[in-house]
Amino acid sequence: MGLQAFLLLAAALFSVGLYGALSQQAIVMLMMGLELMINGLIVAGGAFWYHVAPASADGQVLVLVAVTVMALEMAMGFAVTTAIFRARDVDMTDDAGDLRG
Amino acid sequence: MTLQSVAFWVLAVLSAASGVAVFVVDSMARATFALLTSLVGVGLVFLLIDLSYLGVLIVLMMVMEMMVMAVFMIMYMMNPAGLMPMKMVHNSRGAPLIAAGVFLLLVAGVFLAPWPRRRGGPPADPTHALGLSIMGPKMLVMMVVGVAILATMISTTVLATHRGRYDGDRPRPRPEEGR
Amino acid sequence: MRETTPLWTPIALLGALLVLAWAAAAFDSVLGTALRLSGLGDPPREVARLLVQQRRRTPSADTLLMRAGVCGLPVVAVLAAAVLPLGDRPVADLAVGVVWFNAMEVCVWGSLWLTGWGPDSVYPLIGGYRAVAQGLAYELPHMFALITAALGAGSLNMSDVAGAQRGLWFAVWMPVAFAVYLVSALAMAFWGPMSRPVGSDIAGGVRAELSGPDRLVFQTGRYTLLVVAAAAAVPLFLGGGGGPVLPPWLWTLLKTVAVLAVLVWARHRLPAVRMDRFTWLSWLVLIPAALLQMLAVGIVVL
Repeated sequence: MGLQAFLLLAAALFSVGLYGALSQQAIVMLMMGLELMINGLIVAGGAFWYHVAPASADGQVLVLVAVTVMALEMAMGFAVTTAIFRARDVDMTDDAGDLRG
Repeated sequence: MTLQSVAFWVLAVLSAASGVAVFVVDSMARATFALLTSLVGVGLVFLLIDLSYLGVLIVLMMVMEMMVMAVFMIMYMMNPAGLMPMKMVHNSRGAPLIAAGVFLLLVAGVFLAPWPRRRGGPPADPTHALGLSIMGPKMLVMMVVGVAILATMISTTVLATHRGRYDGDRPRPRPEEGR
Repeated sequence: MRETTPLWTPIALLGALLVLAWAAAAFDSVLGTALRLSGLGDPPREVARLLVQQRRRTPSADTLLMRAGVCGLPVVAVLAAAVLPLGDRPVADLAVGVVWFNAMEVCVWGSLWLTGWGPDSVYPLIGGYRAVAQGLAYELPHMFALITAALGAGSLNMSDVAGAQRGLWFAVWMPVAFAVYLVSALAMAFWGPMSRPVGSDIAGGVRAELSGPDRLVFQTGRYTLLVVAAAAAVPLFLGGGGGPVLPPWLWTLLKTVAVLAVLVWARHRLPAVRMDRFTWLSWLVLIPAALLQMLAVGIVVL
């Protein structure tokens, strides 16, 4: 289980998450995709810490921040979903195109 | 293969496979718990590389997070139990292509890039090192994370609450009633 | 892992958990039958009844998720118990034992929610949501109580926490944290005042549709959780295996039994609390109290 094995896992998780984030119509499913992508980042962060620079704790800090970001992303996502749903009964990404350019 | 690498590959395959399962299964409850399996798998992988604190922390946080997620999933999906399978995807040709492309690109990068050699070894107590670097001199990480969490708490409450500051206890009429 | 533990310790742990779980059930039954000793025979009778009972099924149940939830309960309890010192050393001497215990105990929410979701039936589903609500309510003060004990010992390792109490038990100089822990121990095993997820007002809640072996596993898991919640109080607040004359393992056992007896007794003395009221109490009273306690301990440690 060298560095490359870990990065392979990270790449797989990231790509599966990317597929979900791009393809899902329901906002909650889209957020699951985002969570999977961050999950991939976490794996990569831990792998780089262990296999490249274990002496300093930078990789660990990165993982900790990523885990926090994951929780915050979910909280914000559900708050926005709740707000949109309250305002106009929408829970699909296709109907929430207010910021479309 | 050592016992550790066997454990790693089992967990890696489990984690990636349940990640795929999230978007394959019909039932929202199953999707949520598939995602949880994937996240917990990653947490357990961390136990193999001396990051016992972070690994257990990931398991702890993700279980709580997924329980909250399950509540919202079922609230906002029209067919949470998946008893009537339906297709809820857009961009159904582009998304897999893009995802596959990104995966191939990343894999190529993983195997072609000249990764640096490992410098030094893990400290005797990685948890202690982590604590020192987030709470040590100037506490920069802790302060940034703390402020971010506070900002999120305030803004989520503002977004999710159904009445504003001056609305009192009177519920605001839903849009379709007011129209 | 500091040293390898002998092979018999996991077996001893499992045996002790089962015996204590049976004892808790029997004691509960004796208290419930107005102190008649015939209640002692209730647990084995119930086991025999459940083993031969025919399974009830609900239409379009998600059996996979329900089984995962039901079987998760005892598994999680045993995994949480693995970091608790039996005498001197635990089965698995993790450096972050306190966090591990916390993580395993959070998995109980998942287990309960799955068990409630699985049968596709109203009352279990309500029970599952109650479990999540109650979990969110008790978790923060509970975490603060655990962290306070870890802070007092300066370590996240369960044996070190127990070892730091040679002079004075943490229960004596952190009474608030200990009290908070006891409340959350009840909530962890959804027992007594915190038993709304399996409340009789919703026909047994989460376990309403469980029958036969499923119900047996669920009940075993619940009593094991209660035992583990009581046993964790010993290294965290009651000085672990420390004590005069008797060997450490016997002291651990005696203290566990004492805490367990208090928890079981509490069920027959205290009314069940609604989750929203408990959330109010927990967030407005217990969290500030636990934080003040942690501040006090922090100052003492410094």
